[in-house]
Amino acid sequence: MAALTPISRKPLSLVLPTVAASGGLLGLFVGTANNSGLLGIVIGAALVAALAAFYIQVLKNEQLAKWISILGFLVLGFVFGGIPGAIIGALAGWFYHWFTYWLYEGRYRQRLLPYLTPGQVLWHYSFRVICGAIFVFLITPILVVMPLSFNSQDFFTFTPEMLRFEAEGYSLKHYRDFFTNNEWQRSFKNSLIIAPIATVISVSLGTLAAIGLSQSHVPGRRAIMAIMISPMIVPLIISATGMFFFYSDIGNWLEGTLGLPKTFVGYVKVILAHAVLGIPFVIITVTATLVGFDRSLTRAAANMGADPVTTFFRVQMPLILPGVISGGLFAFITSFDEVVVVLFVGSASQKTLPWQMFTGLREQISPTILAVATILVVISIALLTTVELLRRRSERLRGMSPG
Amino acid sequence: MLAADGTPLKKSLARALRLQKMRALALIAPLLIFVLVSFIIPIVSMLFRSVENSIVADTLPLTVVELQAWDSDSGELTGEPVFAAFVADMVVAIEAKQHTRLGTRLNYEQTGMSSLFRKSGRKIKRMDPATDAPFKDKLIEVDKKWGDVETWRVIKTHSVRITNGYFLNAVDMQRTPEGAQAQPEDKQILIRLFGRTLIMSLIITGSCILLGYPVAWILANLPMRTANVLMILVLLPFWTSLLVRTSAWKVMLQQQGVINEVLVWLGMVADDARLVMINNQLGTIIAMTHILLPFMILPMYSVMQTIQPTYLRAAKSMGATNWTAFWRVYFPLSVPGIGAGSILVFILAIGYDITPEIVGGTKGVFISNRIAYHISSSLNWGLAAALGTILLAVVLILYWAYDKIVGIDNVKLG
Repeated sequence: MAALTPISRKPLSLVLPTVAASGGLLGLFVGTANNSGLLGIVIGAALVAALAAFYIQVLKNEQLAKWISILGFLVLGFVFGGIPGAIIGALAGWFYHWFTYWLYEGRYRQRLLPYLTPGQVLWHYSFRVICGAIFVFLITPILVVMPLSFNSQDFFTFTPEMLRFEAEGYSLKHYRDFFTNNEWQRSFKNSLIIAPIATVISVSLGTLAAIGLSQSHVPGRRAIMAIMISPMIVPLIISATGMFFFYSDIGNWLEGTLGLPKTFVGYVKVILAHAVLGIPFVIITVTATLVGFDRSLTRAAANMGADPVTTFFRVQMPLILPGVISGGLFAFITSFDEVVVVLFVGSASQKTLPWQMFTGLREQISPTILAVATILVVISIALLTTVELLRRRSERLRGMSPG
Repeated sequence: MLAADGTPLKKSLARALRLQKMRALALIAPLLIFVLVSFIIPIVSMLFRSVENSIVADTLPLTVVELQAWDSDSGELTGEPVFAAFVADMVVAIEAKQHTRLGTRLNYEQTGMSSLFRKSGRKIKRMDPATDAPFKDKLIEVDKKWGDVETWRVIKTHSVRITNGYFLNAVDMQRTPEGAQAQPEDKQILIRLFGRTLIMSLIITGSCILLGYPVAWILANLPMRTANVLMILVLLPFWTSLLVRTSAWKVMLQQQGVINEVLVWLGMVADDARLVMINNQLGTIIAMTHILLPFMILPMYSVMQTIQPTYLRAAKSMGATNWTAFWRVYFPLSVPGIGAGSILVFILAIGYDITPEIVGGTKGVFISNRIAYHISSSLNWGLAAALGTILLAVVLILYWAYDKIVGIDNVKLG
């Protein structure tokens, strides 16, 4: 955004106390770590304020001030806390330099409306800090898992070696364990069998039904819609309880009367249960895509002699494909993530990856879980990117501006 | 008016319409049948399980008939006909190995029944119902509990085929000959668990509102490009596996976990006084707030996107302070988003099972964990079904409210 407000330099009476307060905050942390909080606050505040006064009154060179800050705090941090301290120090040095000039030059006013009072400006920035904290809350747990999965010891926390960035602190052994351990590999394979088949079932049935639902004259549309969405609304534990009773009877019948092998029946039960859970997602995304679908296209195709099947595959399908794929991804992730139903319906030979993680978390806490978690996060980033690209493509195809 | 082929236009229109309807229904039918068979029927079978109680009447058919004549309030022991019928029934049941299942069933109502049936079964096996009469004294000799009026009262009370006993158990009551009565003090845990589930779900919903509202506001008011980037921070947790997030919170919160280590390193907490943040209610609340937060932010965001920023400026230009402009203009417009997000989060929260199980310890578990316990450990499936039915009723009521406030069709994903 271009500058809204002409900026002017602010008096030192504003800059110094503010900068000193922020310096005191860091000083507090360093101080408590070294057994004296109060002393830390005082030294921190004095140090940062003195630096700010020095830059503004004496140095008057922003670039030079930046490097002095970064290097100075880096060395200080190293003295107090080794390599991690040095990194935090360098970041703090950059921050204090930026903060001092941001205040002194009045840059904080640049992008705001000119008529705001100081109180409103303060609130504007405090609000952003609050939001930033919430974003940190959202993302930290996921980010923390990743470096921990490279831990060379069987701990769930950062070891001193890791914090000193020593090579022996890190290893790929948890990943090696995941790829060589039979239990993990079997459950991974089970997940890769169950989730795709369940997805294919829910996508094919769901897409047909969504096309049917989008026709203009469907008797009882609301009731049908409610029934089809219901697997998403009913809490999983209740679905699982119901399915537990029902599928154990069905399974006994299949094994007893038809004489099918036990493992095969087990897979059928879990796949059917997961397919039902994925259906609402397919219905919702495909219906949403069909809302913007131009019906005259199918009529034009029919007009030129295409039969309904050709029309579907050559005209309708390419246009709604993004919705179908993203519905399929939702269905896939639902099945790939699902624990409760598979715990109730499946038996040990259908143990899926989430099930293995669940037992791992509850009984024998093994750090291999963190390696698996990292792999899953990477997979979900890939899926998220795909869905987002598909959404944009779909909106472009339907002539909407990407939002 | 006639159509091209000579039939009346009205008629041929009706035929075309009917054809279209048939085609639409033919497209919907496979899925509808699939969902009905593999989802709706299981749910209905669960509802049925919560009242079904044929096992007593099926295993002891003669005894149940004889017990009809006995007045359980008289305080007198049942007569010889009942004992004779019981032995006859038991001999058949032992042959089919059904008597232990019956014992397990009655054990839910009175402890000791399971072992009574198992032990007596071994002795009754050797009796012959035709020649060994009378049985009254013999049975009492086998186990003196058969001479206890209470044993027979329990059998009689639970001999009905459709029972409300499981539902009474689910609300800490029990079925007795005198009607529904409260369970003994030490067995009353389920009502408290229901209460705790509701209160904790409310706390989780509340903290989701508190954390979600500023984020939704800033996403809706930032320029599109920045907002899209920040949106990734909301969508990534949304897309990440539930177990990954739960294990991440386990890593963060435990005694040797990341948060405690950082606090100790900073000197904020003494090494021997680490914060206890896991295996209690706090752990469940923190982890579930994090897991459900995207479900609150997304509906709020889609509502706030439609609120014009000019409204706020108009209010301010007419002399409203910041707070008044927000509270009287912006907030009322954003209430539908809060409502939609809250009901969504609340519905999801009261049915959660995995996260409380892992980070909740014993104090932070929900009613769902109790259902899972009865399904897989105590095998009291009737009670599990009754608890599930009650939970389902609560969720359906909430869902009905959701439909009134937002409408089913406005469910959006991502």
